[in-house]
Amino acid sequence: MADRSAMYGLLAEFERADQLVAAAQQVRAAGFTRTDAFSPFPIEGLAEALGARHTRLPLVVLIGGLIGCVGGYLLQYVPSAIDYPLNVGGRPLHSWPAFIPVTFELTILCAALAAVLGMLALNGLPMPYHPVFHVPRFALATRDRFFLCVEASDPRFDWRGTKDFLQSLGAREVTDVPR
Amino acid sequence: MDPASPTAAGASPVIEPGHSFGTVTDKISAIVQGQPTSRRWYLGFFATFFFVMVLFYTIANLLMVGVGIWGINIPVAWGFDIVNFVWWIGIGHAGTLISAILLLLRQSWRTSINRFAEAMTLFAVACAGLYPLFHMGRPWFFYWLVPYPNTMDLFPQYRSPLVWDVFAVSTYLLVSLMFWFIGLIPDLATLRDRSQSRVGRVVYGFFAMGWRGSARHWHRYETAYLLMAGLATPLVVSVHTVVSFDFAVATLPGWHATIFPPYFVAGALFSGFAMVLTLAIPIRAMYGLQDMITTRHLQNMAKILLATGLIVAYGYLMEFFMAWYSGNRLEQYTTFNRLHGPYRVLYWALIVCNVVIPQVLWFKRARSSVPLLFVVAMVVNVGMWLERFIIVVVSLHRDFLPSSWGMYYPTIFDWSMFLGTIGLFLCLLLLFVRFLPMISIFEMRTMLPEAHVQANEHSAPTP
Repeated sequence: MADRSAMYGLLAEFERADQLVAAAQQVRAAGFTRTDAFSPFPIEGLAEALGARHTRLPLVVLIGGLIGCVGGYLLQYVPSAIDYPLNVGGRPLHSWPAFIPVTFELTILCAALAAVLGMLALNGLPMPYHPVFHVPRFALATRDRFFLCVEASDPRFDWRGTKDFLQSLGAREVTDVPR
Repeated sequence: MDPASPTAAGASPVIEPGHSFGTVTDKISAIVQGQPTSRRWYLGFFATFFFVMVLFYTIANLLMVGVGIWGINIPVAWGFDIVNFVWWIGIGHAGTLISAILLLLRQSWRTSINRFAEAMTLFAVACAGLYPLFHMGRPWFFYWLVPYPNTMDLFPQYRSPLVWDVFAVSTYLLVSLMFWFIGLIPDLATLRDRSQSRVGRVVYGFFAMGWRGSARHWHRYETAYLLMAGLATPLVVSVHTVVSFDFAVATLPGWHATIFPPYFVAGALFSGFAMVLTLAIPIRAMYGLQDMITTRHLQNMAKILLATGLIVAYGYLMEFFMAWYSGNRLEQYTTFNRLHGPYRVLYWALIVCNVVIPQVLWFKRARSSVPLLFVVAMVVNVGMWLERFIIVVVSLHRDFLPSSWGMYYPTIFDWSMFLGTIGLFLCLLLLFVRFLPMISIFEMRTMLPEAHVQANEHSAPTP
């Protein structure tokens, strides 16, 4: 199965988390860029070991929070002071302390929405289909096994050589991933 | 996660030795998949479902006849509905405390109880929301509380604590739901991959959204989870603060107190931890989860129960002090009326339940006794309900003018609504433990020593 157009990549299975981490570092050192690692729980620093950059998620959340904050305040200020001014015993129309609770709640709500939707969007989820799901043993990636995928689109990818290389990193098994 | 080994911190571990990634996964997901549904589950489900039907009957009757079927009147316009609203909202707070605040404080023992506590939060807030909704009298106009452009020239009064409450409670419900759901995604993927049936694969797969445990996904996932925890922490404090504003902003003696926000938040955590213990103790016994929800969890929760209980006791003390120190005769009468008025029995019961009995938790032997903890937790549940009754009803029934004093007696429909929401809460909880993993599987995997791998170091992993 050396036809590059028909295959997504090679998937190496590891039995222990530390093997996966070591393999990720080796693969990166060997110059592969289009790679991904799969683990049943988060492993600190694994994404960086594969060459992932910082996530922009905190910025997304900040923007969401600011929209909620400014929008929440205006939602109260505009009707109370401009559109529906009601003189209640001569009290100020722009009574800002009374507007704080709703402003605060909407800040939190919009920031939380940004965090959840931003995380899903940046991760490209929902994605019901992905080539790695073709490999039957990949079901164990959500249980107790660790996988490393080198994509066929990687410029350094070469079926035989990459397979041997992954094998040499202590993989239990290296499987072809069809597209 | 806490880099220290989970067993290092205390004598009793947060997960019993002998587990591996596979056994943790199998044990928790077997409750959902594989194990036949037990007879006890069916029994519990039908018992609680009966009370859900009682709730539906009450609500149908309420919609046909009106709020007059309750015992509320003038002066006591807020009866069981607001008592139960505050009680349920308060119960929810422990779930957020466990999942968000303890995460930020790196309390790794929270892992085996957070999922379950978050579900409890969600269901408690759902029950709480029913009360103000149906107390409105014409609940089909509830959307008038939401600011939207309309032809009636109608907009909410943003200077009213009741409008703040709408925003606070709905934000709380949505944020709790999102927090709970993103926590579930990796576990839903586990259930999808383990599922033997097509229905299971499709349903769990739909909600897992194609999660495959990619390192880049985990990286953003953990960032999002941490940010959500950081957002939920001030939120949970704000929610009960806003609930306390419903009272404290009014000028009624017994309500108009600056101590209310912190006192309410502490009370909420107090009642919430009592409810977590009330639910966790029977469930861990029923499903044999003593190796994951260990005595250490129960003891830690007992300590938090004691600490928050002392803050609540301080709140009671301050109410006396402020009544005396303010020199306000109305405030002093309210205090006198609590101690010697027609509802005095409830007040003394409250002091016994919330202040006296929890003091047994000072003793390690009491904290280690599971049956005793269960009893104390039940007592606190009752005590915190009584506290809300005292705050709402006893303050309202005798205010400024003796000519407008009155009494409040709950009717059968007050009770049936209350029992109905308890039934709804337990019924939802039973469905949850049956169809979703009640312990976070992926977080439990990280508690195992072989999960402690650092990718930044080039050295061999720590054993």
